[in-house]
Amino acid sequence: MHNTAILFLEFGAVVLGLGILGALALRVGISPIPLYLIAGLAFGTGGILPLATSEEFTATGAELGVILLLLTLGLEYNADELMTSLKGNARAGLVDLVLNAAPGAVLALLLGWGPVAAVAMAGVTYATSSGITAKVLSDLGWIGNRETPVVLSLLVFEDLTMAVYLPVLTAMLAGLSLVAGAVTVAIALAAVSVVLLVALRFGRYIEAFVASPNSEVLVLKVVGLALLVAGLAQQLQVSAAVGAFLVGIALSGELAEDAQALLAPLRDLFAAVFFVFFGLQTDPTKILPAAGLAAGLALVTMITKLMTGIYAARRAGIARAGRVRAGIALIPRGEFNIVIAGLAVAAGAHPDLGALAAAYVLILAAFGPLAARLVQPLLVRVASRA
Amino acid sequence: MDVEQTVLPGIGLRHEFTTRSGRRIGVVSHRTGRRDLVIYDPDDPDRACETVKLNDEEADALVELLGAPRIVQRLNALHREVEGLVSVQLPIAPHSPYAGRPMGEAQVRTRTGASIVAVARAGHVFASPAPDFILSGDDIVVVVGSEDSTAAVADIFASG
Repeated sequence: MHNTAILFLEFGAVVLGLGILGALALRVGISPIPLYLIAGLAFGTGGILPLATSEEFTATGAELGVILLLLTLGLEYNADELMTSLKGNARAGLVDLVLNAAPGAVLALLLGWGPVAAVAMAGVTYATSSGITAKVLSDLGWIGNRETPVVLSLLVFEDLTMAVYLPVLTAMLAGLSLVAGAVTVAIALAAVSVVLLVALRFGRYIEAFVASPNSEVLVLKVVGLALLVAGLAQQLQVSAAVGAFLVGIALSGELAEDAQALLAPLRDLFAAVFFVFFGLQTDPTKILPAAGLAAGLALVTMITKLMTGIYAARRAGIARAGRVRAGIALIPRGEFNIVIAGLAVAAGAHPDLGALAAAYVLILAAFGPLAARLVQPLLVRVASRA
Repeated sequence: MDVEQTVLPGIGLRHEFTTRSGRRIGVVSHRTGRRDLVIYDPDDPDRACETVKLNDEEADALVELLGAPRIVQRLNALHREVEGLVSVQLPIAPHSPYAGRPMGEAQVRTRTGASIVAVARAGHVFASPAPDFILSGDDIVVVVGSEDSTAAVADIFASG
């Protein structure tokens, strides 16, 4: 009983602390993710206030956080949108992939961390945080802007890429042989295709099974289905996160909106726990030495994202100011990058990878939205002079 | 005038067009039901310089303000354009000889020259009903024609 008391005390204090940090972030107008990471660093081994008993509990909560993050991300899009975006923006999406995956991979290779860490770092620098970007777009009133569909379809493209990338990474991290790895990736690709096909053709039947006028039943069915598929995916070495993402995509329409609204508080809680857990696992003494490297990497990948946005918006016939806005909106990194680094750290990749990824995301999750805010008035002035 | 429609993945739909005076305006329809009225910056046509959030009620109010007077205007204009043209709403009495029979059997256009353009029933409007449309008591038939011909249609529905 004594342990339970300490567990509740510690966990309660952490969550309450996160709430206060969240309120602070809201007031300053930045994403709370960097603050959650810092909180995790403070509570971890070598931090100011190491937690004694609740680390295992936090670890499970963090796993749930990843599942819920990807499930709600999948719910946001329906299969039709994914297919249209894939058709219309494949070229811009590939430019995005090449320009932004390369810096992370090259750095990892230069540091001599090996090919597996290079693939993980490629993912860390590649993915834009759709959560932070969506918030920037709505906070700055950019949703109505004509370049916004370009930004959104790049995000959709990135998320689809993740459905292929995560199984590849999982296979590589598991140290599978080339053949076994190829089989895993083939399974993942087949699963993604089947789910997209099923969602496009037979989405009605899944929805008929899941749908319920009662919100309690709906939450239980959606979470249950997501966990089941995630577990199955993990068993097949495809990565649990991808399984949850695919469940989210298969559900669409009104059902998806209802589920999204119902799951949001649950996701917010466990996602916050996930960010803290990642901070817990990272040695704070390694953050400072990694900071210079992370800042350099952040600068390079800010420029590559800017170039991506400018290229994609130009293809869509957007004028100069809009192109810059598209690039700026793509800069923030956040939840996905930490998910990727978390997978790599859990599988025992290079010990410094976690610290570098944490410092990198700290910089870009905080600076991305800030850059957008700073650039806004500047662009207005430039546009009115032209 | 071309209204451009764009899908916003994860958000909803956007419709936009350019007015004759060169201003660009649009409406973002969120999946949640929220509507944003968007006005674009004349200096930077890609940027929304004003975004007004509207809930269902406010969007309805705006539609009514912009739409309702326009419909009356257009009807009035129609009447002015074709001298002597009127549109009347004729209720079908429950004991009308045509209640429960296909509309075509009344042979309204052949007999009077007026046209039935719509039938309103229990709050629903059936525009351009086909001849096999079954009329029933308490339907309201909208007829367009001259004053004499529409009066003749009223007689047909009342007494055959």
